[in-house]
Amino acid sequence: MNIKTGKQSNMLGSTRYTAFRPAKAELDRISLPAAILNSGHGTSFQSGSNAGCGTEEPCAVWVVAKGRSFIQLPVRASAGESLAFFAFSNMAAAAEAKELNDNSGAQDETDSKKNEILRARNDGMELSKEEKQRLRKEKKQQKKNKKDDKGQPDNGMGKKDKKPLTAPSAQVTTQVQQPVVTQKALSASPVSEAPAPVDRPAKSKAELRAERRARQEADRASKQAKKGESAAQPSVGKTKAPPNELQPVVKRLPEHIQADDPEVVKKLAKKLEKQQIPVRLDYGYKVSLFSHLHQYSRKAPLTQQMSIPSTVIHPSIVRLGLQYSQGIVAGSNARSIALLHAFKQVIRDYSTPPNEELSRDLVNKLKPYISFLNQCRPLSASMGNAIKFIKKEISNIPSQCKEEEAKSRLQASIDNYIEVKINLAAEAITKFAIEKISNDDVILVYGCSSLVNHILCDAFKKERKFRVVVVDSRPRLEGREALRRLVKMGIHCTYVLISAVSYILPEVSKVFLGAHALLANGYVMSRVGTSQIALVAKAYNVPVLVCCETYKFCERVQTDSFVSNELDDPDELTVTRNGRTQLKHWQSFHMLGLLNLVYDVTPPDFVDLVITELGMIPCTSVPVVLRVKNVDQ
Amino acid sequence: LDNSHHRQLVEYFQTQMRKDPDVASAVAAIRTLLEFLKRDKAETLFGLRKNLTQAIDRLAEVDSSVAVSSGGELFLRFISLTSLEHSDLSQCKKVMVERGELFLKKMSLSRSKVAKLCHTFIKDGAKILTHSSSRVVLRVLQSAAADKKRFTVYVTESQPDSAGRNMAEALSKLNVPVTVILDAAVGYILEKVDLVIVGAEGVVESGGIINKIGTYQLALCSKAHNKPFYVVAESFKFVRLYPLNQQDVPDRFKYKADTLKTAKNLAKEHPMIDYTPPSLITLLFTDLGVLTPSAVSDELIKLYL
Repeated sequence: MNIKTGKQSNMLGSTRYTAFRPAKAELDRISLPAAILNSGHGTSFQSGSNAGCGTEEPCAVWVVAKGRSFIQLPVRASAGESLAFFAFSNMAAAAEAKELNDNSGAQDETDSKKNEILRARNDGMELSKEEKQRLRKEKKQQKKNKKDDKGQPDNGMGKKDKKPLTAPSAQVTTQVQQPVVTQKALSASPVSEAPAPVDRPAKSKAELRAERRARQEADRASKQAKKGESAAQPSVGKTKAPPNELQPVVKRLPEHIQADDPEVVKKLAKKLEKQQIPVRLDYGYKVSLFSHLHQYSRKAPLTQQMSIPSTVIHPSIVRLGLQYSQGIVAGSNARSIALLHAFKQVIRDYSTPPNEELSRDLVNKLKPYISFLNQCRPLSASMGNAIKFIKKEISNIPSQCKEEEAKSRLQASIDNYIEVKINLAAEAITKFAIEKISNDDVILVYGCSSLVNHILCDAFKKERKFRVVVVDSRPRLEGREALRRLVKMGIHCTYVLISAVSYILPEVSKVFLGAHALLANGYVMSRVGTSQIALVAKAYNVPVLVCCETYKFCERVQTDSFVSNELDDPDELTVTRNGRTQLKHWQSFHMLGLLNLVYDVTPPDFVDLVITELGMIPCTSVPVVLRVKNVDQ
Repeated sequence: LDNSHHRQLVEYFQTQMRKDPDVASAVAAIRTLLEFLKRDKAETLFGLRKNLTQAIDRLAEVDSSVAVSSGGELFLRFISLTSLEHSDLSQCKKVMVERGELFLKKMSLSRSKVAKLCHTFIKDGAKILTHSSSRVVLRVLQSAAADKKRFTVYVTESQPDSAGRNMAEALSKLNVPVTVILDAAVGYILEKVDLVIVGAEGVVESGGIINKIGTYQLALCSKAHNKPFYVVAESFKFVRLYPLNQQDVPDRFKYKADTLKTAKNLAKEHPMIDYTPPSLITLLFTDLGVLTPSAVSDELIKLYL
């Protein structure tokens, strides 16, 4: 074996690499390390004998470099060409490889179609997760830099990672620069970009090479620094579609909650471990119909399992999580606004680490926070939409933007979102809703919806004469808060529990309900008990009006309340009015389950009208609004 | 705008109605508005819009049907929907007038489009029940008769104005066997009937309709008997109302225009229209196509937004 160590070793400092170019005869005798074979990659190398690359089939090249980065290059080698590969841990130095290739030329003795596998180190083939992520980041950065260099006469340095090498020399450069960690590269994707002409001026190559080298150096330096830092981000490795591309947006559906599926639980635990967030354990016996949902205890907030102050989670997020899990901040508008304010604080305190893009790094910083909040209390649909909005805003920040400007822009857009989607929407909804309130109306409300209370207070201020029936239910007894607010305004109120709703309904002329989310098939997700009220109202022919801002519209489809819901602390059900808790030892009865559901789903046939800031629409028109909204964005 | 203009407007409208009794009142209103637009002397676009809105209100005072107000509003939206970027007002006006003519032409053709869609639903030997007098339903039955279909028609008398009798006369001229029945006999006759077709004065956002009083009853009975209840309406009757129940329909539509002006206590007056909720309607035939009641909202969003 010819081991050739290039002079590059000096230029790149401590980079160590070896390269070898086996003779043709030797190819057959290349005994590939067992690990490569076992890993199932590089199928064309299964046996040196069959040497499938005599033909023009693409075969896989596994170049293993120091640092155990896998680079897989689909290569189509034609006979008579020699390929020299140099494995570097810095991808850019592959330009060296190209050069060497050019130099070596076709005069090599090898007509080896196969490509060599280089191993700089024999530490085993398993990539650590960190390595993989580092690799992905490099790749992303490469791509990003490539986009910048695009204007220059480029030598086929395309964004495509997977291309069959038709002109080995040119493509090797490309390929090695864009390490792909998956096996998908085996697919011979059509060469959309023409193979770079070999007669490229060497000057530009050298320039680019130098650039890349510099970048790589800085990269490595920063990576060394970051090694001691907090956990690597669990980047999913999906290429983010640039926001202004008009490709069909693939909607990512929320993960199905599957607390009883050990696989999913394990995956989640792994993900949380990577993010250094403690896993919250389920509490108590779960009713079998809802065993796929998580059930947490209020007495065991997540913060007990973390060190305070936490190094991983921003303190305002920790506080927010605690407020959510203890029920201090409740109600979907309140939760969303609190979330947005906390994120504003995070952005204020954020500073871009060197050599990182704010637009990507900040999004990755937010991911563990979101997981943490999800563990404290499952995210609501409105919070999900708010998070999507923030992520989109962050990724839309142009790369040339200075950090201060970017941060102030983000904060302004968050303020704008709160103002437009929540406050002004409430004003618009109130305007429409007041048209529907006539004098001598008896209006029934359930629980405490901030929007409905706002509407009623406004209508009262506008001199409408009506009275209100407030319906309440255990264990939250939120209706008391609504009652307090309405009585304070001076509105005539009646208070009943939900068990008396069929008694009170003949007196009622309209029912106003708030919503937690509106699903894409027209179903209304709201506090548990809402569908019951809508059902009884329908039976009495009383119109039911749902008031909901459009930012709560969600792409999910659900027809029953079981599939996706939230289970609250079962201990809350044990407390009764006079303090006696006969159920204090409910855990000891193994056949006894306490179910404290939070949400339920109302079918659109029971709802007469939905009032949004876009106008009054029938419940079946929710998908139209979603469609119109998506077109707008 | 001063009264003389308004009087001219009203006169023009009434002449239109008289000249062509077969035309929908909304179409006559739109013709009037177009004429008004041509004669209007406003200096700014804003002023023009204001004048047009006032004109529409004035027309609504003359003829208080829902269709006039909906047609007027749609006309206004249609002509101002384009981006009027010409710097010269007269240019803008020209564009608006052109669009207005286009709108009018589309509207005049809408009735035949509806008839074409609907008459295929009338099978040979069918027994049809209809309510009061509707020119669109008449047109539909004309097309069906022209298609050599044999059917019989029952028409409700439709008090207080006995409009059903005019309908019966018109139908007998087509050589269609027709019977006039009492409003109270609707439940009695429904077992004999195969389908129910009614017109509409207005189609509301929920997909329900506003029509001559007695339609709601008819719809309830046909639902109870499981007979299909079809509504035929042109698209300019789509209106941005959303009534929750009968008393939620604004008073200005419920009573005739002169009643609104002269009556002292509206509660004692008899309303002329009622509201039929979408749950009782099977299909709506419009020039935009055959729609289910929930699709009406989609179409309205497209029309108005």
